[in-house]
Amino acid sequence: MTGTDFLALSPIIALAVGASVLLLQIAFLRNLKLTTGITVVTFLACLFFLFYITKLNHQTTPLLLVDPLSTFFSIVFVLCACITTFISYEYLKNRPGRNDEFFLLVVLATMGSIVLTYATHLASFILGLELMGIALYGLIAYPHQDDMSLEAAIKYLVLSGASSAALLFGFALLYAITGSLFFPDLLSGLASPEVAVGPQSPFWARQLILLGSALILAGISFKLSLAPFHMWTPDVYEGSPAPITGFLATISKGAVFAATLRLYVIGEFHNFPTIVTGLTILSIISILVGNLLALRQENIKRLLAYSSIAHFGYLLIALIAAGTLTPNGISAIEPSAYYLAGYIFTTLIATGLIAAISSSNNEENANLSDIAGLFWKNPLLALCLSVSLLSLAGIPLTAGFIGKLYIFQMGVEAGAWLLLSILIIGSGIGIYYYLRLIFSMTTDPSSSRSTLAPALPVTVSLITLTILVLYLGIYPQPLMEYLLWNT
Amino acid sequence: MELLNLLIILFIGGAAAWVGEHFSKGLSRWISLLFIAVAAVSLLEMLSNIPAPTFLKDPITKDPTTWLIHGRADWIPRFGISFELALDGLSLLLVVLTLFLGAVSVIASWDEIDKHQGFFQANIMWTLTGVIGVFIALDLILFFLFWEVMLVPMYLLIAIWGHEDKAKAAMKFFIFTQVSGLLMLLAMITLAIFVKDANGYWSFSYFDLLDNNLTSSLATFIMLGFFIGFTVKLPGFPFHTWLPDAHTQAPTAGSVILAGILLKTGAYGLIRFTVPLFPEASIAFAPIAILLGASGVVYGAILAFGQTDFKRLVAYSSVSHMGFVLLGVFAWNALAIQGAVMQLVAHGLSTAALFMIAGALQHRLHTRDLQKMGGLWQSMPRMGALAMFFIAASLGLPGMGNFIAEFLVLAGLFQVYPWLAVVSSAGLITGAIYSLKLIQESFQGAPDDTLTPPDFSALAMSAMIAMLIGLIVLGIFPQLVLDISQPVINALTSEITL
Repeated sequence: MTGTDFLALSPIIALAVGASVLLLQIAFLRNLKLTTGITVVTFLACLFFLFYITKLNHQTTPLLLVDPLSTFFSIVFVLCACITTFISYEYLKNRPGRNDEFFLLVVLATMGSIVLTYATHLASFILGLELMGIALYGLIAYPHQDDMSLEAAIKYLVLSGASSAALLFGFALLYAITGSLFFPDLLSGLASPEVAVGPQSPFWARQLILLGSALILAGISFKLSLAPFHMWTPDVYEGSPAPITGFLATISKGAVFAATLRLYVIGEFHNFPTIVTGLTILSIISILVGNLLALRQENIKRLLAYSSIAHFGYLLIALIAAGTLTPNGISAIEPSAYYLAGYIFTTLIATGLIAAISSSNNEENANLSDIAGLFWKNPLLALCLSVSLLSLAGIPLTAGFIGKLYIFQMGVEAGAWLLLSILIIGSGIGIYYYLRLIFSMTTDPSSSRSTLAPALPVTVSLITLTILVLYLGIYPQPLMEYLLWNT
Repeated sequence: MELLNLLIILFIGGAAAWVGEHFSKGLSRWISLLFIAVAAVSLLEMLSNIPAPTFLKDPITKDPTTWLIHGRADWIPRFGISFELALDGLSLLLVVLTLFLGAVSVIASWDEIDKHQGFFQANIMWTLTGVIGVFIALDLILFFLFWEVMLVPMYLLIAIWGHEDKAKAAMKFFIFTQVSGLLMLLAMITLAIFVKDANGYWSFSYFDLLDNNLTSSLATFIMLGFFIGFTVKLPGFPFHTWLPDAHTQAPTAGSVILAGILLKTGAYGLIRFTVPLFPEASIAFAPIAILLGASGVVYGAILAFGQTDFKRLVAYSSVSHMGFVLLGVFAWNALAIQGAVMQLVAHGLSTAALFMIAGALQHRLHTRDLQKMGGLWQSMPRMGALAMFFIAASLGLPGMGNFIAEFLVLAGLFQVYPWLAVVSSAGLITGAIYSLKLIQESFQGAPDDTLTPPDFSALAMSAMIAMLIGLIVLGIFPQLVLDISQPVINALTSEITL
C-alpha cells in the first residue's frame, strides 16, 4: 500500500473510523445529540477527503478504482447521507426507546454505497452491496414495534437476499466463462476467440452467457426495482421509517446504478444484443408500470416508490442508446450521471419533507391529505416540494428537465423511437400524479393538523437541495463539463 | 440583452406582489400594475433607441442584425444552447398586447380575488413573464423553457382560484400542453441533431436552424411535432377540447390571460417556427392544416351556439375565431398572414373584454348560466352597452378590428383555396347568430326585478374603455398595426413561397 492508496481510500477510512467511534460512544454513553454530532462530523470529514481527491484517478488493489466520476457519485451520496442524518434526528428525537444505533447503521450503509461506487471487481461489488443491504435491513426494521416496518424489513430481507443470490450465481457463471472477476478482464475474457459472441462461438459459451446475463440482469433489476422485479418497492418504502425511505430511494438505488454503469461500460456489455434487448424490455415495462400504478396512490411514499420505478426506466434509455452512439459505450456515462444526480437531489427533497411531516404528526405515513394547504401554512417548504415535483415531471429550470433533455438527445441520436414514444407517454401520465400533489398543497387546510415547522437543520437542508436542483436546471454547464472531461 | 430587463422586471414584480401582501391587503394589486407599467416604460425606452426607419425596413429573417433588437449570450455551450432574445415587428405587437392585457387582467381581478391575493398577483406576473419570454426567445430550447414554465403559474391560477370544477380543468390544460410540448421538444432535438451532423457543431439558435437541408420525409415528421405543439395551444380542431374547460373554470383574470395572450403563443409559433423552419413540408401539409382551420371555424361556431354557459360560449367562439388564424397562416400570402396577425390582436382585445364581463356577471350573480340571466341592461346599463359593443366586435361588424382581420384572412385564402374560403366565411354568419344569442339572453329580454347587481366600477370602466378604443382604432386605422408587422411578413413571404 502506497500513500496514494491510502489517500484514495481516505473517504472509506473516514467512515470506518467514524463507525468505530460511534460504537465506542454508544457503548459508554448514550446520547442522541452526541451521536448525531459524531455522525455529521464523520460525513463532513468524508466529504472533505472526497473533495480533496476529485482529480485522483487511481486503481487501489484490483478491487477499487478511484476516479473523478465515482468520486462525484460518492460526494452526492455522502451529501445526501448527511442530510438524511439531520432528517433522522428530527424523526428519532421524540421516539421512545434507544435510537442511537440508527446512525451507526446509516454510516455503515453509506460506506457500502461508496464501496459499491468504487468497485471494479465483482467481489467488491458484492461486498459493497451486502454492506449496504445488511445495514438497511436493520434500518428498515428499526421501529421494531411497528408491524408495517417489520413486514417491510422481512420482505426486503428475503427478496434482497434472493436477488443477491441470483446475482452471485450470475457472477459465478461469468467467472466460469472468463476466468476473472476484474471488470477489465471480463471484457477481454468475453472478447477472447474461444468465447467471442457470434455464430462461431461455442454453444456452451453462448448458453452460459445467456444464463449468466439473465441472472445478473434479474439481480440488478431487483436492486434497482425495475418492473417486473418491482413488487417489493412500494411496500418497503411504505413500511420503512421515512428517512430510510429517502435513503432507499436515493443513495441505495443510486449506488447500485453507479456500480452497474461501471460494470456495463467497462465490460462493454452493450455489445451483447440479448442484454440490450433485456434492458429495453425492462425500461418499457418500468416506465409504463411505474407511471400507471402511481396514478391512484393516496400514500405519498408509495407514489414516490412507483415514480422511482418509472425514473429508472427513463435512465435505462441512456444505457441502451450508448452502444449505438459510441463503439465503447462511454457516452452512457455523462447523461446517466447527470440524470441520477438530479433525481437523487430531487427525490431527497420529497422524502425529506415526508419525514418532516410524519415526525410532526407522529405517524409513519404521509397521505395526500397531510400536505393539504401546505402552500398557506408553510410556503417555503411548499415551494421546495413543488420544485421537487416539477423536477420529477421534467419541467424546465429544474435538474429533471436537463436530465430529460439528455435522454431525449441520446434516444434521438440512437434512433430509439419506440423508447422515446414510451418516454413521452410515461411523462404525460406522470404529470397527472405530480400535479395532484401540487394541487393538494394548494387546497384549503381542512384538518386541524399541527403546523409543520421542522427544525432549522432540516429546513436548511431542504432549501439547499432545492437550490441545487434549480442550479443544476438553470446553469448545468459546469457539471456537464466535469462529467464530459472525466469520461 | 436589454430585452432581458423586461423579463426580470415582470418576474421581480411577481415576487414583490407576493411579499407586498404581508404589508397591506390590496397592496399587491398596485405592485402588479406598477411593475407592468415599469416594463412598458422600459420597452418604450428600448424602442426609442432604434432609429425610426428600421421599423419600416424589411428585415432579413436569417440575419439577426436586421431585426429590431437582438442579443445573444452563451448558456449551455455543451449543447449549443444560448440565451438568445430578439424582437421584430411581430413579436413587438404581441409583447405590447401582453403587457396591455396583463394590466387588464390585474384590474379584472381587483375585487374578485379575496384569498391569497399576493400569490394570485405573483402568478399573473409570472405567467406574463413566460408569455413575453415565448415571444422574444429565438433559441429553441429557451423558447421551450418559457413555453413550459408559463404553464405552472397558469395551472396554479386555475387550480387555486378557479370555479367548481377547477382541479380537472387545470389538469387537462396542463397535460394537453405538456404532452404536445414534449412532442415539440423531441422535434426540436431531432432537428438540432440533424443540423449538428451537417454543420459539425451544436446549435439550437433559430438563425442556425433555418438553414436545414432535411429530407422531405424527415422534415414532415419534425414539422408535425411543431405543428401539434402549437395547434394544441392555438387551439386548432381537433385538439381544442382542453380549452372550454380551462376557460370556464379559470378565474376572470385567468380567462383574460388564457384567451387574450396564451392562445396567441400557438399562433406565433406557427408563423415564427413551423412554416419558416420547414417550408417544403409545410407546403405539402397546408391543405390539411387549412381543412382543420375551416373545420375549427365552423365546428367552434356550432358548439358555441349550443352553450348555455356564458364563458363556455365565449370559449367555443375562440375556437372558431382562432380557426381563422390557422387559415391565415397556411394560406401563406401577405394578405392572409396580415389577417392572422390582426386577428391575434383584435381577438385578444374583444375576448378579454367579454371574459371580463362574464367574470363581472359571475361575481355579481354567482352564475354563468344564461338561462338565469336576462334584462340585465336595466340594472347595469354601462356593462350592457359595453357587452353589446364587444359582442358586435367579436361577430365581425365592420368598423372594428375583428372585421378587418377576418376579411383579410378570407381575401388571402380565396386566392389559394377559394372553396374553403367560402366554407369558412360561414363562420361570419354563425358568429353573428351565437353572438346575438349571447347578448339577447343575458342583457336583453324581460328584466328580473329581484336582480339589481351594481354596475362596473370606474377602474373596470377605464380598462373596458381602453379596449374599446383599441378595437375601434384597429377597425378604422388598421394600417397602424399593419405597418408594424408588414416588414416581417414581407420578409417571410418573399423568402418562403408556398
